[in-house]
Amino acid sequence: MSTDYRATGPAGPAAEHSSGSDTTPSGDQLAAMSHAELDLLGARLDDTQVVVLSDPPPPGSIAEKRAERQVALCFGLATLFSFAFVVVFWGSGWFLPDWEYEVAGSVFGALFTPLLGLTMGAALAFLGVGIVLWAKKLMPHEVATQGRHGGASDPVDAQTAGGTIMAGFERTGLARHNIVRRSLLGAAGALGLLALMPLGGLIKNPGRGDELMKTSWADGIRLVRDDGTPIRPADMLPGSLETVFPAVGGGNRQADAATMLIRLRREQVDELRLEPGREAFVYQDFIAYSKICTHAGCPVSLYEQETGRILCPCHQSQFIVTQGARPVFGPAARPLPQLPIDLDDEGFFVARSDYPEAVGPSFWNRET
Amino acid sequence: MSAPTLPPRSTPAAPFGRPGEPASPVGRAAADIDDRMTIAAPLRRTLNKVFPEHWSFLLGEIALYSFVILLLTGTYLTFFFDATMQEVAYEGSYAPLRGREMSAAYASSLDISFDVRGGLLMRQIHHWAALLFVAAIFVHMMRIFFTGAFRKPREANWTIGVLLLVLATLEGFTGYSLPDDLLSGTGLRIASAIVLSVPVIGTWAQYAVFGGEFPGDDIIGRFYIAHVLLIPGILLALIAVHLLLLIKQKHTQFPGPGKTENNVVGHRFYPVFMANGGSLFMLVFAVCAALGGLIQMNPIWLYGPYNPAQVSSGSQPDWYVGFLDGSTRLFPAWDISLFGYQIPAIFWPTAVLPGILVTLLLLYPTIERKLTKDNAHHNLLQRPRDVPVRTALGMMVITFYMVLWISGGNDLIADKFNISLNAMTWIGRIGLIVLPPIVYVATYRLCLGLQRHDRQVLEHGIETGIIRRLPSGEFIEVHQPLGPVDEHGHGLLQYGGAPVPKKMNSLGGAGRRVRGFFSPVEEPAAIESAQADSDQRELTGSGRPSDGGRPSDERP
Repeated sequence: MSTDYRATGPAGPAAEHSSGSDTTPSGDQLAAMSHAELDLLGARLDDTQVVVLSDPPPPGSIAEKRAERQVALCFGLATLFSFAFVVVFWGSGWFLPDWEYEVAGSVFGALFTPLLGLTMGAALAFLGVGIVLWAKKLMPHEVATQGRHGGASDPVDAQTAGGTIMAGFERTGLARHNIVRRSLLGAAGALGLLALMPLGGLIKNPGRGDELMKTSWADGIRLVRDDGTPIRPADMLPGSLETVFPAVGGGNRQADAATMLIRLRREQVDELRLEPGREAFVYQDFIAYSKICTHAGCPVSLYEQETGRILCPCHQSQFIVTQGARPVFGPAARPLPQLPIDLDDEGFFVARSDYPEAVGPSFWNRET
Repeated sequence: MSAPTLPPRSTPAAPFGRPGEPASPVGRAAADIDDRMTIAAPLRRTLNKVFPEHWSFLLGEIALYSFVILLLTGTYLTFFFDATMQEVAYEGSYAPLRGREMSAAYASSLDISFDVRGGLLMRQIHHWAALLFVAAIFVHMMRIFFTGAFRKPREANWTIGVLLLVLATLEGFTGYSLPDDLLSGTGLRIASAIVLSVPVIGTWAQYAVFGGEFPGDDIIGRFYIAHVLLIPGILLALIAVHLLLLIKQKHTQFPGPGKTENNVVGHRFYPVFMANGGSLFMLVFAVCAALGGLIQMNPIWLYGPYNPAQVSSGSQPDWYVGFLDGSTRLFPAWDISLFGYQIPAIFWPTAVLPGILVTLLLLYPTIERKLTKDNAHHNLLQRPRDVPVRTALGMMVITFYMVLWISGGNDLIADKFNISLNAMTWIGRIGLIVLPPIVYVATYRLCLGLQRHDRQVLEHGIETGIIRRLPSGEFIEVHQPLGPVDEHGHGLLQYGGAPVPKKMNSLGGAGRRVRGFFSPVEEPAAIESAQADSDQRELTGSGRPSDGGRPSDERP
């Protein structure tokens, strides 16, 4: 190996030390030691052997000058880009154009965030690269070997630690005073129970009000669009789909109310096969299903009128409109619930009742 | 201890230069602090702590630095975020959404993006750093797994690492749910369905989490406090224990010259390791900052506010939740009905499957220890090829995970490559069952092949590419032995778990290049003569600097 502090250190009391003896040097000896010797002594006290593999390039050499220039260039660029960040950040709206983004607005508005990211990233990157070059090219390459002392503790330590714990426990008398021990355990358990109680504030009875089973749909409630306008049969072409909501306050924000009103094509009407009792749920060639997927509750939004399939974009369950929205592919196991519909006196679509079953994803006590 | 010869520490008026007395103002300040706290020895021990070196040991550091970036940027974001679900009319500067009804959370997220100077940069750095955080944890964990770093005595740190992964995923999910946009709201909808699907307590749990029927008015506020206080607090505490255990137990190292079970060979903490760590932090931050500024992440203004009746196609979660999305898509429609009660199909791929995966991860060190009956301490790492069963198991799990993960985006693949969506689902279902065993067998054979090649090179030497003609006329290929040989020319070196050089260049066969990129900074002539000398030398080690050998330094 090329260099070793011990080999290059000055002769004298310190050198004797570093040549192997592990006695602690006196104050005078310490004072006579160089930083490098003190460093090595400290390393040895910490059970570490340090071997220098190679020194940085010699002072004044081409290689050193080069390395210095490279490192300084990186740090310089880091400084430059940091200032550039400051200029972009505070200069916009002052001597640079406004930073606020506007659709089809100024180019600078669209470039503001990218410029910030670029300058910040470049400043940090050059600082990082500069430190890497500095450590690699200008610091000595050393290899340190440190002892490792794992495994179980010394038996004396282990036994005395155990003894201390056990003796302390015996001094508390908990082993003997049964009544103290048991009452303490009881108090701790009761307090634990007490501490759990506030969590009860989170608990709500899902059965109360039967929210999970019901929606806002009821007899006579109109089917309205997102903007609240009611729908007549003549508003929809065969094969079209309209997302409708119950005409109640906030109906278009309710997570279980969204419904698809579909006008079937003629050939679909012929193919229509519904469960017994559901035939009356349709109005002529209009049929309404819940939009909430029976799998994970996403809105089943993609209707392919060619095949009469409704696809849920979340997990690709597919439901077939002409067969009671029966699932034909994907992870959904239940058909989309069907809403019974009719027309009111004014010729607008209304619901004839709520959904006959719970809308949305399945759960434990959902009635089948 | 020759303490009496030392001057008393507390003599403030001692003349400069006296033995043991610091001469500089900084030194005096240090002595003052030490006089009160007696920290010289622990400080020196810390600075002298040795860390082994390998590129793969930086993966955990990347995770740590990403976490620091997340704390910094996340704190900034809290100054502007309003975690309430109260409906407001948007009045900010993004014209397409002006006047729309939306939650205050979504409106304030838009404000961060459009009306806070530099807010969009911070939001995007935060999101990118989160993606990197979980990714770094994953890759770090693979390194730990495949090199056997989790073995005794480090099982506890493996456990903490698995918990960190789970918490990081939860932290990520709660975080990207906060803006309350259409994409994250859809994620919440699915999360609600998953909670609802739990047998017996599902509806109660859903009501406890969401404060009522989905979506309710509470979930953003609850997720917010979980995201900024509860989970980060636990993460911080676990990271602290993770690092303290690492320091206490010391880092593992790969086998190599001078490296044993009872030492650590590498760099001392100060200054080289510190410089390396500092520069890595800067570089990780640089990458996050550049990504945050230049590559758009989660453009919530394009998704719009959450609306239970809307969804966009191609809705994918952040990458680390993707495998659950995939498992949900692949799992068949098996709703189970028992005595009038139901277990929905979604329960198995989203609650049971991750539960099983996490449990297996937590138990793996124990399982391996029981099966191999290996109860010894291990501080030296293993090369993956040397433990074929574990490596093959790991690759099998990764394959399983990747099939799920790819299936999480199977609609996009179907769209971009014009494949039937249903075919993609079936490819995923079949691949999930067929591919992992194939990968297991392939990996196992690959490991054995690599093992055999290592031993072959140790026995016969490296192929030099030199063909020699013997006096008898026979042609032989000359092999360079790696060490001493027996009378048959077979190498005597035993495999020690370290990489075996396989090319002559690894032994310095091509000489050392002259340093300098545009112009040489060394004397080419000197390098050549050194090279000529070293050619005479008999090669007995790998000669690679990483193995502690430096051929040019070992000339006689």
